[in-house]
Amino acid sequence: MTVHTTSPQFKQNAARALHDSQLQKALGNVKQGFIDKRQAAADKLPEFEALRDSARDIKNHTLEHLDLYLEAYEQKVTASGGHVHFARNADEARRIILDICRDAGAKTVTKGKSMISEEIEINRHLEANGIKPVETDLGEYIIQLRNELPSHIIAPAVHLNATQVEQDFRRVHKQFDAKRDLSEPVQLLTEARAVLRERFLAADVGITGANFLVAETGTSIIVTNEGNGDLTQILPKTHIVLASIEKLVPTLEDVSQLLRVLARSATGQEMSVYTTFSTGPRRAGDADGPENYHVVLIDNGRSSMLGTSFEEMLRCIRCGACMNHCPVYHAVGGHAYGWVYPGPMGAVLTPSLIGVDKAGHLPNASTFCGRCESVCPVRIPLPKLMRHWREREFERHLAPASVRSGLGLWGFFARRPSLYRFATRAAMATLGFAGRQRGRFSWLPLAKGWTKHRDFPAPQGETFQARWQRERNRRTA
Amino acid sequence: MSALPSSRPEKPRVGLFVTCLVDLMRPSVGFAAVKLLEDAGCLVEAPVQTCCGQPAYNSGDRGTTRDLAMRMIETFHGFDYVVAPSGSCAGMIRKHYPELFEEDPNWRAKASALAAKTYELTSFLVDVLGIAEVDATYHGAVTYHDSCSGLREMGVKAQPRLLLSSVKGLSLVEMKDSDVCCGFGGTFAVKYSDISGAIVDAKAKNVADSHAPTLLAGDLGCLMNMAGKLSRDGIPVKVRHVAEVLAGMTDEPAIGLAKEAAPRQDQP
Amino acid sequence: MSARDEIFAGIRRSLGVNGSETIRRQIVQDRLERAPKGVIPARGQVSGDERIALFKTMAEASLATVTEVNSPGEVPQSIALFLRNHNLPATLRMGDDPRLKAMPWGETTLEISHGPSQGGDLNAVSHAFGGVAETGTLAMVSGHENPSTLNFLPDNHIIVVSAKDIASDYESVWNRVRFSFGKGSMPRTVNWITGPSRSGDIEQTLLLGAHGPRRLHVIVVRE
Repeated sequence: MTVHTTSPQFKQNAARALHDSQLQKALGNVKQGFIDKRQAAADKLPEFEALRDSARDIKNHTLEHLDLYLEAYEQKVTASGGHVHFARNADEARRIILDICRDAGAKTVTKGKSMISEEIEINRHLEANGIKPVETDLGEYIIQLRNELPSHIIAPAVHLNATQVEQDFRRVHKQFDAKRDLSEPVQLLTEARAVLRERFLAADVGITGANFLVAETGTSIIVTNEGNGDLTQILPKTHIVLASIEKLVPTLEDVSQLLRVLARSATGQEMSVYTTFSTGPRRAGDADGPENYHVVLIDNGRSSMLGTSFEEMLRCIRCGACMNHCPVYHAVGGHAYGWVYPGPMGAVLTPSLIGVDKAGHLPNASTFCGRCESVCPVRIPLPKLMRHWREREFERHLAPASVRSGLGLWGFFARRPSLYRFATRAAMATLGFAGRQRGRFSWLPLAKGWTKHRDFPAPQGETFQARWQRERNRRTA
Repeated sequence: MSALPSSRPEKPRVGLFVTCLVDLMRPSVGFAAVKLLEDAGCLVEAPVQTCCGQPAYNSGDRGTTRDLAMRMIETFHGFDYVVAPSGSCAGMIRKHYPELFEEDPNWRAKASALAAKTYELTSFLVDVLGIAEVDATYHGAVTYHDSCSGLREMGVKAQPRLLLSSVKGLSLVEMKDSDVCCGFGGTFAVKYSDISGAIVDAKAKNVADSHAPTLLAGDLGCLMNMAGKLSRDGIPVKVRHVAEVLAGMTDEPAIGLAKEAAPRQDQP
Repeated sequence: MSARDEIFAGIRRSLGVNGSETIRRQIVQDRLERAPKGVIPARGQVSGDERIALFKTMAEASLATVTEVNSPGEVPQSIALFLRNHNLPATLRMGDDPRLKAMPWGETTLEISHGPSQGGDLNAVSHAFGGVAETGTLAMVSGHENPSTLNFLPDNHIIVVSAKDIASDYESVWNRVRFSFGKGSMPRTVNWITGPSRSGDIEQTLLLGAHGPRRLHVIVVRE
């Protein structure tokens, strides 16, 4: 099975992104909005830090007992009239979903926002089999029109400007008067609402993800601000829930803890507009709701992360706070990362799911500033996990040769203090002498990466240790 | 001036962890640190040292890191405190050394012992020695960049500001996003230079917008990165390590400037 | 080996267990039964008028509008007034909720229809299962009394909630759900609703009425 990714071309992607003025303008919107709002929400809730600890502990506990909670969950879903399917990988998941859609005689399928659905590339598969998937989250709908991947896990179209959206709507929505005014965002929204309303009502199958799965009751939870996930799951005859296995949470109380940190971390809201708890197909007394309820539980690499040094990544609740605060994400946006998950969480998760040989750049493209870890609601030590990937790459000789030899040389000298002091004295004296006129270098051999964007300050000339030694000798003489 | 808590030994023996960047690139920072520590009543020694291993550590080479760490642990054995004019280097020892020796209880204990007595310079002066002011003069406005490791690993934020507020003639102007990364990140600046360039570009704009003629920080890597960008862009901000200003040792040219071009900063 | 078997085997292998360990099973069983609460913000832990006031403040902060009436009998007129004030047609769709049914709709000229929404309704009214003062959230339960589609398809959604059903926190609502539906059981859908539908997907501009209702109006009935 091939995964479609451009992660190996991260550097080129990043370079393109840095020169994309539309993107840079759009990214400017991201920074302050999300960051300030999250801070305000955290400041307003004295228990916020305690809730983060609680959320982390609940996730850790669940992962330690994942097999048992999965069993309990499965029993409850079945008891409520739903069907549980297990998929080892993306291939299997796609097959299961297609079968369910075929059984339902589906021609169109509406979709709520689901990162796991991007991961398994289900849209491509459905289309190839004559079934039309329609994204209903406004951001996802917009990027579907553009045939793009989401660039952020919460705000998929954050990389776009309103003008670009207008152009796409004009291009695709041929049913409306070409002279209509779409200059205001609210007009774009009204048009999207009308178009998607028809799709909602016509869909045969609705596919959603699940922010959480509750073992106690066999419940799947979706969190949205639009209500699109709800219309996706209650209008069609069949509802399919896609969820990776680590979405499990033990009880309704436990999920309430997580919900208290999710929206606050993601958008700074106290609570998202719609948090919906769904259990099985419609009951005898229901006036609406799907007749068929299917849950496809997907592994796709998660079980192999358990019990390893990357296990903590499985706590992730997909809030997006890490990327909202990341200076690298702010500079290049989400598409540069080349796959489904961008930002710090993408840098850690992607190598686990598609291999470090393809995704090796991602955990390296970090300054380890630590902001991500400081805002993660479940306290994932993201820089530490990125460093683990760097260790794996080093062991497997995946780091570029120049870096290895440079560091190897440094290590050689650093292990030998006398040689180190001698060599550094000589080198710094030379460099200091060479730079004494201007105090800096605009260009240095072996430092092209540095000097491309900034000057290299010249050393003062004599090393600290040389002068310390000299002054010591003078004092004791 | 110095306010040593009575429970401490008369003159604490401080091992100066000079850091390889300071050692090689800007020793005056090391001497400024020595002055500050001696003025505060410490006995300072700088044992022969090389590198704490952070570049190897962040590149995934645990083997070399451990070798260098063992050296450092032995080098600084016997001091009461180990102080570095760098949040990231102090953080390497304090936060990461113990974890390096997880499987070796003997070395783990030694690493933990060293970690427990290792501090970043300004936080050592303020939090451990209880120093609240320094005897220095520096005329003009300065803005302060919070280096990431210092801030998030070592809790350095209020301490340099407290000490700077006691410097005669100095006014502190906060820039926008002072606590946002400058884009250095060690080898990141070279390996992902375009992205690093974009991040430091944003930082340089914030520095310029603060209208402060001087930029200070506690980590030389960040300072070299920002100084290099400011000079490349022709922005005439003087960049120094905070220790230089606190110690009243600003005779040396600012970072990236030549000897002839440095007027004395402490005269109006 | 089926996919299911392989996944469980993989999980157990990674965790270093075989799945039949008594202690682990007991721990899980215990948590599922006891459902320990965790950290509950102090903010919502108020009662009486203070709790209703908090609910109102939080709901309004989420861009819902809130009004209070003194008895169920006042609800129809309150709704009629709300619709008039917003220049909305005097039509209203609702389910079979007995509490709504018992209200004096005849005192108004509202054109009432019953049942789930087919997509063409402008205004709808539902009765909430409860509310949560902590965040101004309404808890809606599916069923023919209050069809879930009424929460999403109409342009304007009115939710009636009894003051006595407004709880301090979500945990109290879960207790009531368990009491009504049985421990470990749930209705088909529980919706927590906090304000009207919105999206920030176009240049981070906040817009209401993304797919769900543009307006959410809450009527708190004191008895």
